[in-house]
Amino acid sequence: MNIHRRTRRLILPGMLLALSCAVMVLGGCSSHPSQLDWKLNSSIRGHLPDLKFQLTNDNGKTTTAEDFRGKVAIVFFGYTHCPDVCPLTMTHLHMVMQKLGPLADDARILFISVDPARDTPEVLHQYVKAFDKHAVGLTGSEDQIKRLAKRYRVAFNRGPSNGHGGYEVNHSSAIYIFDEKGHASLLATPVDTPDDMAHDVRQLITQEHAS
Amino acid sequence: MRKLALVAALLAMGFTAHAATAAKAQVHVSHAWIRVLPGVLPAGGYATISNTGDTPLTLTGASSPAYAHVMLHKSSMQNGMSHMRMVKQLKLPAHATVKFAPGGYHLMLMQATHKVSPGDTVPVTLHFADGRQLEVDFTARPANAQ
Repeated sequence: MNIHRRTRRLILPGMLLALSCAVMVLGGCSSHPSQLDWKLNSSIRGHLPDLKFQLTNDNGKTTTAEDFRGKVAIVFFGYTHCPDVCPLTMTHLHMVMQKLGPLADDARILFISVDPARDTPEVLHQYVKAFDKHAVGLTGSEDQIKRLAKRYRVAFNRGPSNGHGGYEVNHSSAIYIFDEKGHASLLATPVDTPDDMAHDVRQLITQEHAS
Repeated sequence: MRKLALVAALLAMGFTAHAATAAKAQVHVSHAWIRVLPGVLPAGGYATISNTGDTPLTLTGASSPAYAHVMLHKSSMQNGMSHMRMVKQLKLPAHATVKFAPGGYHLMLMQATHKVSPGDTVPVTLHFADGRQLEVDFTARPANAQ
């Protein structure tokens, strides 16, 4: 009787130990990015520099990349006077955030202006908040933006006047996704589906939580 | 003189009305909407335009009392770069449908003459090369409308 009880007492901790081993193994796997199934382009890992900048946010305050450590940063270079592709991309990113549910609090959309002449913090603030509460608008001097764009090989150039006092800006349409430590992890384009983006961002967030 | 002006105006109105009905018989527009951006930012306009007639049509432009300027545009992606260009005219072959949709053909609506809010109905007139016109009601939708 006594022996039986002792055996039973041992079974439960043994099971727990086995279970925690399994969790550790799984956790070990998931922290190894190459073994995960990524929908987006994950080949930039280790090939692009960590997220680093000093810019002005849409509240007019100086902000740096360090302020976003602990969040997955979804970085997109665009401009507010772009009526088609930029709003489409921002809408897709809003859908990604909706799909993430509560996990969206662990991610931020960073909209970096390639048109600092027109994109003041006030304009950016109204703009990004019209899309998603997790979106932050960033602007700076022409020089600050140029250096940052060069760092991530983002090309942009101002097009000719449209005849009504405006102009377009041709720009790289890539979306860069940095993990919570600021390492460049994934590259997306506006044609990637919100489902695929949400899948990978969720995986990045949960991977960080597991490690 | 005043009478003459009145007659001319009536004639012009009559002509416009005639032109509008003429285009209506040959063009069908659906899913017409505008993505409204905050402040004074230009908006994108989208619609599905079908030429239901047996003859080709050429769309040359659009106008709206709600915006100072409306332009035909096309976005494209080349080598990872996003470009936007003006479209002078767009051919609508007989029995063909052209979709104005995000990431491709769209109307660029600039300088709103009054505040346009999501839910509003905005009249937009499409202009064709043969002088015919078609007024279409566009629905204003929020920035992050899908």
